[in-house]
Amino acid sequence: MSSEALLEVHEVSKRFRVQGRDLHAVEKVSFQLERGQTFGLVGESGSGKSTLGRLVLKLLEATEGRIVYQGKDITRLTQKQMRPLRQEMQIIFQDPMASMSPRMTIGMAIEDAMVIHKMGTKEERHKKVDELLERVGLPREVKWAYPHELSGGQLQRVGIARALSLNPKLVICDEPISALDVSIQVQVIQLLRELQRDYDLTYIFISHNLAVVEYLSDVVAVLYLGEVVEQAPAEELFSRPTHPYTQVLIQSILKMPGSMEERQALTPIQGEIPSPFNPPKGCPFHPRCPLAVDRCRTTKPERRNIGPNHAVACHLAT
Amino acid sequence: MSQPLLSIEDLRVEFDRGEDTVYAVNGVSFSIAEGETLGIVGESGSGKSVTLMSAIGLIRENGRIRSGRAMFQGTDLLKLSERQLEDIRGREIGVVFQDPMTSLNPVMRIGDQIMEAMLAHHFCSHREAFERTLQLLHEMGIPEPKARFRNYPHEFSGGMRQRIMIAIALACEPQLLIADEPTTALDVTVQMQILALLQEQRRKRNMSVAIITHDFGVATNFCDRIIVLYAGQIMEVADTGTFLRESAHPYTVGLKHSIIEIGHRARPLQPIPGMAPTITEMPHSCSFASRCPFAAERCRSELPQLREIGSGHWVACHRAEEVLADVI
Repeated sequence: MSSEALLEVHEVSKRFRVQGRDLHAVEKVSFQLERGQTFGLVGESGSGKSTLGRLVLKLLEATEGRIVYQGKDITRLTQKQMRPLRQEMQIIFQDPMASMSPRMTIGMAIEDAMVIHKMGTKEERHKKVDELLERVGLPREVKWAYPHELSGGQLQRVGIARALSLNPKLVICDEPISALDVSIQVQVIQLLRELQRDYDLTYIFISHNLAVVEYLSDVVAVLYLGEVVEQAPAEELFSRPTHPYTQVLIQSILKMPGSMEERQALTPIQGEIPSPFNPPKGCPFHPRCPLAVDRCRTTKPERRNIGPNHAVACHLAT
Repeated sequence: MSQPLLSIEDLRVEFDRGEDTVYAVNGVSFSIAEGETLGIVGESGSGKSVTLMSAIGLIRENGRIRSGRAMFQGTDLLKLSERQLEDIRGREIGVVFQDPMTSLNPVMRIGDQIMEAMLAHHFCSHREAFERTLQLLHEMGIPEPKARFRNYPHEFSGGMRQRIMIAIALACEPQLLIADEPTTALDVTVQMQILALLQEQRRKRNMSVAIITHDFGVATNFCDRIIVLYAGQIMEVADTGTFLRESAHPYTVGLKHSIIEIGHRARPLQPIPGMAPTITEMPHSCSFASRCPFAAERCRSELPQLREIGSGHWVACHRAEEVLADVI
């Protein structure tokens, strides 16, 4: 199994030093990812899901733990040593407008990464830009346009084209559809799926939208205050959510009912995510957990397997 | 159905954009009854915010109201001066925006901001305003109101800031609350808290609520009646029960099918092709026709009027009956 893994993340932690205090952004997260798979990361704001994505890409340095890419430990590589690997590891952001220069045409923006990585001749690169635009469903003329002339959905397609320009193996999708309208979200999800199939891409899909993560992912990890509280194959996690936080998250989604009788009562969970500067003792979720017992307030639950590939960090889980 | 509290009639709003005129709202009419919760649903650029905001005099500088009426308790809001509108906004009509950080004053204590809402409208005395502010903070679920009174907006979480916005909006006991995407920037667990709070307050105060949202889950679980807007026009109006059972506009049906919910893993995606147009010419045919799987010749030549196909169920589609037959 592990010989096939494209990416292995072992007990990775990240702490930020902010004004003399430690902020625990990511705590001992582990997973491995095979080629062509999608690993979904869900959690609310401040759960550490984006930080984790950036740790994998080494846009941030891990405080502890190891990141192994294609059998090679990349945890301590310098930025220069990372250069050749950068082609293979790309990222798509939530706001493509913010990640594009307003003064570069779309064609230049897509070509830019290829120029930096010295790929092909000018003609070859321009041909590739045309191919990529067509592949992501944009007309060729778009290459002459500037970012402000495109809609949000079109810009996200450009973001995807740009990530694909270097023929990556691993793509981190960080909330790629969150800023888009519902009808456009579905189009982009469909595109991401097709591209995964056609190019054998491996995704880390980060989102606060549980339904979309379930739809796209093979394995899903639920993050709370930087820790994975539950991790399981997507079908298993959503059909048998076991951690109380996962259950709360799923119950908090307002589904469109079939009829008035099926409408959901608005029953909120108490409290908000605690400050990551000062995480609660014991289980990080205990102050909000409807099931918490004394033990949860004092002893931190270890992550343990409760089924094949189904890990939960909760004293009460069975 | 009780008396309409707000009645918008044939509202048309335009914006200048460079050399173009963008027709943002094209003849929208609807009303909100007393005690009713109305959901106004649409995607970006559909005109859902512009419709309500321009009715209460909140319109960007490059925009203008071409025609229409907005009758609120016998007065046409569109005929009022800015001064008169200021009297109504915040007093009879409370407004909550998506991002409380940009609507709260960052350098003013939140307690003072809530008090200001009452004092500016001469709603009560200074002393009463102070007491009421503490009471409001308590009602909004903000712990330790006395201590929190003196905090600034940045010292609160997003959810707590939204509670403060709601406190300001409700301070003068408005009859109508307009909530523009009030939970869009919030996490799901916090969204649930805010919606539960709004529901509780609405019941307690028996006020009308107009919630602008892009989220069908929010609209269908929270509202009595739903209006779907597209390209500045109403596509469909129905009470929530009818909306859930038998939506008859292809756009509504398409949106419903686009929603990905938990348990949909095995289902194929059914996206609506294309994207919403920016309306720079007055529409003379159906704005949705180019994306519509049901579109016929007539749809490309004749503007469909909103017509009642069932009790209180209005649809702007030439082929609504056929669409409905397919849905059922």
